[in-house]
Amino acid sequence: MAGPKYPRFETLALHAGQSPDPATGSRAVPIYQTTSYVFRDTEHAASLFNMERAGHVYSRISNPTVAVLEERIAALEGGVGAIATASGQAALHLAVATLMGAGDHVVASGSLYGGSHNLLGYTLKRFGIETTFVNPRELDAWKKAIRPNTRLLFGETLGNPGLDVLDIPSVAAIAHAAKLPLLVDATFTTPYLMNHFGLGADLLYHSATKFLGGHGVAIGGVLVDSGRFDWEASGKFATLTAPYEGFHGMDFEEESGTRAFLLRARREGLRDFGACMAPMTAFQILQGVETLHVRMPRHVENTRAVVGFLSNHPQVSKVIYPELESHPDHALVKRLLPKGAGAVFSFEIKGGRPAGRKFIESLRVFSHLANVGDAKSLVIHPATTTHYRMSDADLAKSGITAGTVRLSIGLEASADLIEDLDRALQAASRAAAKA
Amino acid sequence: MELVVDRRRAFAYTASHAFDPKKPTLVFVHGAGLDHSLFGLQSRYFGYHGRNVLALDLPGHGRSEGPPLPTVAAIADWVFGVLDAQGIGTAGIVGHSMGALVALEAASRRPERVERIACIGVAYPMKVSEAFLEAARRNDQAAFDMETIWGHAPQVPLGGNPNPGMWMYGDALARLARLAPGVLYNDLKACDDYASDFAGVKCPVLLLLGKRDVMTPPRAAALLQKLPTAKTVLVELSGHSLMAEAPDATLDALVAFFSEIPTGRPGR
Repeated sequence: MAGPKYPRFETLALHAGQSPDPATGSRAVPIYQTTSYVFRDTEHAASLFNMERAGHVYSRISNPTVAVLEERIAALEGGVGAIATASGQAALHLAVATLMGAGDHVVASGSLYGGSHNLLGYTLKRFGIETTFVNPRELDAWKKAIRPNTRLLFGETLGNPGLDVLDIPSVAAIAHAAKLPLLVDATFTTPYLMNHFGLGADLLYHSATKFLGGHGVAIGGVLVDSGRFDWEASGKFATLTAPYEGFHGMDFEEESGTRAFLLRARREGLRDFGACMAPMTAFQILQGVETLHVRMPRHVENTRAVVGFLSNHPQVSKVIYPELESHPDHALVKRLLPKGAGAVFSFEIKGGRPAGRKFIESLRVFSHLANVGDAKSLVIHPATTTHYRMSDADLAKSGITAGTVRLSIGLEASADLIEDLDRALQAASRAAAKA
Repeated sequence: MELVVDRRRAFAYTASHAFDPKKPTLVFVHGAGLDHSLFGLQSRYFGYHGRNVLALDLPGHGRSEGPPLPTVAAIADWVFGVLDAQGIGTAGIVGHSMGALVALEAASRRPERVERIACIGVAYPMKVSEAFLEAARRNDQAAFDMETIWGHAPQVPLGGNPNPGMWMYGDALARLARLAPGVLYNDLKACDDYASDFAGVKCPVLLLLGKRDVMTPPRAAALLQKLPTAKTVLVELSGHSLMAEAPDATLDALVAFFSEIPTGRPGR
């Protein structure tokens, strides 16, 4: 007897979280541009506030349009639910703030987006939360960095800037042995390229600004919980397993079991920190999510074509992409990312900063800006932008050289991208010769 | 609330309220492979509206120590053990699926202690397919998939969750992933084996059924609808997991049913 079947990824990307609007029959997700919702009567109001009935009260806590995006991403990731936030950074902050407070500790990969590094290394430190950064490839370093007050292990699925592939099964095993959850930033891999929870991650978030939206018109984040981590059994998470004075003495784990983390994150984190997503933003990101399964294969296909071109170019000294045999995570990527290693990578141009500068200025199709994961191809030269103030020696510590260029490959014709890069590399070569 | 029943640790959710012997008591009994939190919204409501609430984790489920009990009759006896441990004489019972069979069995065995019962997503007989039982016996993922997919209305994976931001399938799978091996099989077998003539059931019975239930379709409750004290409420659009799929309709039906008597009798 054939068992029942789940809807496939492609169908969920288009439908999950939304049925045609019962009021109007609208097939597209309606934009509920409202701050608040009329109560039927005082009893209804009280029961919504006290979590005796499901529904919306105020759009900082939940909104019907935002809820569609949340449920859809949860469905694509296989989580119990999700919370959409004002940005990816807000999602990371919400995760950390829900799990811990002053005196607690995070073990994080050292290969992180600069904003995440700043939040953990500097800002949260000011609030009493310390972070130990480790080389993500050194499994022993993760283990050794765990302290009695550690509450979270955290890494990016594809690290910044060296595209280190996080060995999720191994790092998750280390976390779980210490009764800790593993949070991953899944922005570069998206639910299409990687089964994050299936590999062992407990929590994840996306900067939805990137591939989920794909159009570069909206800033947002999404935090997703697998529901698999047993907070009660861990015994380390009082925020989830002890009565909370701020919500009628609620013990979130006792109240809702698998949904405890998201319940506290919504009822405290969104309520008090307030970094919610706007309904228009949710609508815009949903437009991207509906074609994620169509776009991601094309992103990967174009990236492979460009990587192949650059790998054989005389003006290029090195290409850093995990699918290349020269990359230290080449074997791992085959196991964890069978559909492709994403569409962001770095290469090193010969001729240092002058060549890098000329290369960037000579590009016509690639856009020079500080973002990734757009349908349009993007480029940035860290040594003259994000890492401008750093010496060559300091750049080296970050895994960057004066000639490092980061590309985010879009959906244009790959031949046009290659021609654009070739023209700019030739210009860079001439500039380097003059320098 | 931590309890000791039959010398084993047990857990009951009380909506953060201490037991008050002056209030009537409502016991919630979950279905196969589940736990007390499935009744989250509904049990919380009653806890804040004049009743003692005991939303149970059955042995081997949630926070209650195992092993799971092998028959519906044994579970019904265990529920009375909970009432005894709390010094509660009579109570109303809300049961879902397997828990609904427990409610019927309890009302049949000890009618003097059961005021009225609400049976949510119930069928009789509650036969389980051989393929489902066999997959559960092997602890095969296929059993969790069947429980998840058949446990919800067909539109659930493509429709909106009334609980904002939550994914019902993901929640069901996460819950099942936490179960000890063999517990789901134990529960399904208990449902499959259960037989009764319900001769002892004298109290009012609410049959709360989802029109789109594929696990226990409304037509499979026909025998129960013949009970002289039974009345049926059908919930549009809902499948088997009425508390999650149609939380407000479920709560409204429970409130109406349990409001028919102003209060129950206090503890002995």
